Amino acid sequence: MPAVQETVERVRAIDVDQYKYGFTTDIESELAPKGLDESTVRFISAKKNEPEWMLEWRLDAFRRWLTMREPTWARVSYPKIDFQDLYYYAAPKAKAGPKSIDEIDPEILKTYEKLGIPLRERDALLGIESSGGSKVAVDAVFDSVSVATTFKAELAKAGVIFCSISEAIREHPELVKQYLGSVVPVSDNFYATLNSAVFSDGSFVYVPKGVRCPMELSTYFRINEKNTGQFERTLIIADEGAYVSYLEGCTAPQRDENQLHAAVVELVALKDAEIKYSTVQNWYPGDAEGKGGIYNFVTKRGDCRGDNSKIAWTQVETGSAITWKYPSCILRGDNSQGEFYSIAISNGYQQVDSGTKMIHLGKNTSSRIISKGIAAGHSENTYRGLVSAHRRATGARNFTNCDSLLIGDKCGAHTVPYIEANNSSAMFEHEATTSKISDDQKFYCLQRGLSEEEAVALIVNGFVKDVLQQLPMEFAVEAQKLIAVSLEGSVG
Amino acid sequence: MDPSRVDFPPGPAGAPMDTMTMLDIRNLHARIDDREILKGLDLTLNAGEVHAIMGPNGSGKSTLSYVLAGKDDYEVTEGTATLDGEDLLEMEPDARAAAGLFLAFQYPIEIPGVANMTFLRTALNAQRKARGEAEISTPDFLRLVKEKASDLGISQEMLRRGVNVGFSGGEKKRNEILQMSILEPKLCILDETDSGLDIDALKIVAQGVNALRSPKRAMLVITHYQRLLDHIVPDVVHVMHQGRIVRSGGKELALELEASGYAAYGDAA
Amino acid sequence: MTTDIRTLRTSGEEAFAQAAEARLAAEPTQGRIGELRRAAASAFAEHGLPTRRVEEWKYTDLRAAVREAPPLAGEVTASAEAEAGLRAIAFPGTERVLFVNGAYGRGASHLGRLPAGVSAVPLAAALASGSPLLDRIGGLAPQRYDAALALNTAMLREGLVIHVSAGARVETPIHIAHVFTADAPLSTFTRMLVVVEEGAQVAFIESHQGPDGIAYQANAATEFYVGDGAHVDLIRVQEEGDRALHLATLVVDMGRDVAFHAFQLATGAATARLSLYGRFSGSGSHAGIRGVNLLAARQHGDVTMVLDHAVPHCESRELFKTVLKDESHGVFQGKIIVRPDAQKTDGRMMSQSLLLGEFAQMDNKPELEIFADDVQCGHGATAGALDDDLLFYLLSRGIPRPDAEVLLVQAFVGEAVEYVEQEDLREALMARIVERLGKAG
Repeated sequence: MPAVQETVERVRAIDVDQYKYGFTTDIESELAPKGLDESTVRFISAKKNEPEWMLEWRLDAFRRWLTMREPTWARVSYPKIDFQDLYYYAAPKAKAGPKSIDEIDPEILKTYEKLGIPLRERDALLGIESSGGSKVAVDAVFDSVSVATTFKAELAKAGVIFCSISEAIREHPELVKQYLGSVVPVSDNFYATLNSAVFSDGSFVYVPKGVRCPMELSTYFRINEKNTGQFERTLIIADEGAYVSYLEGCTAPQRDENQLHAAVVELVALKDAEIKYSTVQNWYPGDAEGKGGIYNFVTKRGDCRGDNSKIAWTQVETGSAITWKYPSCILRGDNSQGEFYSIAISNGYQQVDSGTKMIHLGKNTSSRIISKGIAAGHSENTYRGLVSAHRRATGARNFTNCDSLLIGDKCGAHTVPYIEANNSSAMFEHEATTSKISDDQKFYCLQRGLSEEEAVALIVNGFVKDVLQQLPMEFAVEAQKLIAVSLEGSVG
Repeated sequence: MDPSRVDFPPGPAGAPMDTMTMLDIRNLHARIDDREILKGLDLTLNAGEVHAIMGPNGSGKSTLSYVLAGKDDYEVTEGTATLDGEDLLEMEPDARAAAGLFLAFQYPIEIPGVANMTFLRTALNAQRKARGEAEISTPDFLRLVKEKASDLGISQEMLRRGVNVGFSGGEKKRNEILQMSILEPKLCILDETDSGLDIDALKIVAQGVNALRSPKRAMLVITHYQRLLDHIVPDVVHVMHQGRIVRSGGKELALELEASGYAAYGDAA
Repeated sequence: MTTDIRTLRTSGEEAFAQAAEARLAAEPTQGRIGELRRAAASAFAEHGLPTRRVEEWKYTDLRAAVREAPPLAGEVTASAEAEAGLRAIAFPGTERVLFVNGAYGRGASHLGRLPAGVSAVPLAAALASGSPLLDRIGGLAPQRYDAALALNTAMLREGLVIHVSAGARVETPIHIAHVFTADAPLSTFTRMLVVVEEGAQVAFIESHQGPDGIAYQANAATEFYVGDGAHVDLIRVQEEGDRALHLATLVVDMGRDVAFHAFQLATGAATARLSLYGRFSGSGSHAGIRGVNLLAARQHGDVTMVLDHAVPHCESRELFKTVLKDESHGVFQGKIIVRPDAQKTDGRMMSQSLLLGEFAQMDNKPELEIFADDVQCGHGATAGALDDDLLFYLLSRGIPRPDAEVLLVQAFVGEAVEYVEQEDLREALMARIVERLGKAG
């Protein structure tokens, strides 16, 4: 079992309490003044040379945000966030926008190297050869501004637009105007509204009619600047008959202060289109006492707008101090399909409240939810999900399986599904279990010579297999390593 | 088995008496979803005959049995099928059963919570009622079931359990034959009845089927393998391929197929 | 969510708050019970009826159901009592205690005839005499505010206090029959306190019936104390009239090595809610809670329960079957809590629903809240129409569609009824189900 062996070695290689990506990069940043008012919004918009309509959109969001309250229904607790004590914009100090990779701060490139992101021009031109031989295009987001984009030429040849959202606002305003906020409305929720007002940057993808995106698109996020709210905005549109697979992964340096992250991701799949969105999230979860760590309050939603469209979310969540995240699908088109595959691992003092919503509106729509939650240490891990079939959503089908695994007796695993069938032709099946790693399984592994930690990693990898299989090859390997790393210290 | 107990309703008025035709299928086309499975099938069965339909997987054998029994998922787009001159395709599945059509399922359905006995009795009385007959009395029913069940080696315990619930593959098939012998249909369709049976179970099932052979009853035996036909010997063997009968012959055709396989029919259609 | 916006009170809410105050003023009660009632009345005055933003009432709009407050029921007349006696379901081989329009029916109940080991006193009499058992009343209130229970406590007057002595083996089930006979809407509040001592074995039936066409409101709450090693069966039959509101609260505390089996058959009322709070406070106990909801027309039936595993080595099994015709609306909310030390907990919860009406609606919210690692817990929920393959199999054997459907529905609900241990009660329940299925056509 080579994969297992690799996991085991990985566990050995890592020091307990030593967060792998816990380093900081020393570079100059340009910050907006601390705090949030209309002038902050204007500042951000001006910094990005945005057109007037975009500024108005942001200001409208900001005014709505002022009337909203932070949601409290999730099973997470944290000290009150002082939204006036945050920076809302930080950009690496740069000249008038990099023309080539040479112009990029070498410190940044070094950071990426440590993270294993090959961003040098040579690599970019050659492409990243993974074991499967497939190519990955990386649009790296360093703090809040896209600093480099690769593979543009090849994508352009296929007609795929893959750029920062800032660039898209300037270069493709008609697409942005049409789709931005059309899946997650400006006033959807407290954090999404905040994001709409102050979003700094993010990715934009448009795949034209009938085009199968020639490569997996990938973005690595990092949070670097001290006390910086990170407000990414991603918009992906698959036009009729198009296909795209998008990978999102992230690491963050070790910090004492909590850092707020409130991203919004919108996916639009038109008729016969398919979008796969995969995430590996391993932001800094806080130290062994639960100090520090990222607050991840993210709104992700996909709209299966056309008939026969399909959106699949796959996530491996191992990081962040607090995760508040419900990647959802609106199954509007007839015969559309939504999928949600999730692994959520919490250790230490992490709190995860995550799940999905499958809203069945069209006819003969189907959805599938596989969620694997693993709680260890003193963590709290909640699955929260909604499956609903509208009165006219005849033939709606859902299958949900959410399993939780507890490691140790100081953690909590919770399941809160809402299942609403509003017409007789809906067929919903939901099952959930909570269990621990069986002593028999563990003993069997120990008897065969594995250490307890190795045994746990092995068994957990088996527990999450159904979800790992959904990840693209490049990601699956990384995710498997991550699982082992994040469970480290959970035994004994 | 006393064939005189088989009590058929009279055929439609004016039906020509010189014909013995029981099942008559002409140019039958049927599809599921958008896929056409039956593509112009013709088949005639006379009373007293046993026909076998053989064919490779995917040739449409099971579809034929479901279409004849009236399963909702299949749509007949063209053609006719009559049972004793009555249009089968116009009838609801329960009416077809009452008219004398019985399908022994390839995969008999489990119905938790409905006792086998209750099920048998409900079915028998429903069919009798549809034919304008009186309900069977409880003692008569118990006697009938006891006799038939013991012939097939079905225990009292199996009769008390939910229909097919917890039955082995062989028990399920025997239970199908039990239903057949109690409901006394005039046309029996056996869909891959041999699948999942070991040789002993196969013999019991075949004995049960042979006991039901009668001059007034026709049987359509659908099978992939020849071995069932060693035990239930057919009068006619048909080869089905791509939704049609492509060849018919005597029982020796089955042996030929056993030897040469279905490869020869690769381009037959 | 904190909100500064005060929800407007419904006139029903206002009227009930006033009625509770008036009743308290009219009968000044001293001591613990008085405090309990005053606290409940002021809690209701403060929090009122839940809006749908209150999580536990997300799917049942109690404010809409209680727009009006019918007057409180008065004294029971001899003729009403006689009528109720005739209408009450006759379960063979049981002893019956009758409540008529929410009041104890003296003439039709034979408390003196109860089997050995069981004693029962009408609540009003127990309050007057200051029965020591009453120290237990209100002792099991759920942690969170429950509007129906608060109102029931504030109105505390009618009901029954039952005591089963240690080691008693009570063969005859005790049937507490609630019958509504009035021809105009009334509000009724009844409270039962049941104390089952160690090692006792007893079965109770609680039935609720009333006429169609009258918008009466019945609020019934029961507190069960189940002593160590006791075995208690409870069967609830809810057949209220088609315009009634039925609010039931069942609070159960289980000691060590207890077996507690509850079954509810609910077919009545315009809006019905059963809130069940079960708590394991001794290890080695088993709770089996099952039910069948048959809903038609625009009926709304809600079963909400919390099973609290506070101690190790307990087992809970829940199975609820809901059959929904027409435009009816079913709700099942079930939460299994496993506290940090409740190791070796084994909890299974299942809610299955059959959607037979095109616009029938089922909302399921099964929840697990687990704080211990060495546990086996699971829940499941299904919603769907009758299985086409099953139906086809029956049709192919000649069983006409309507009969086939009834047979399958019977089999579907039968899986829950099966758990009723007493064969004659099981048969009586199945007969009522079959009748109901036939009637609702």
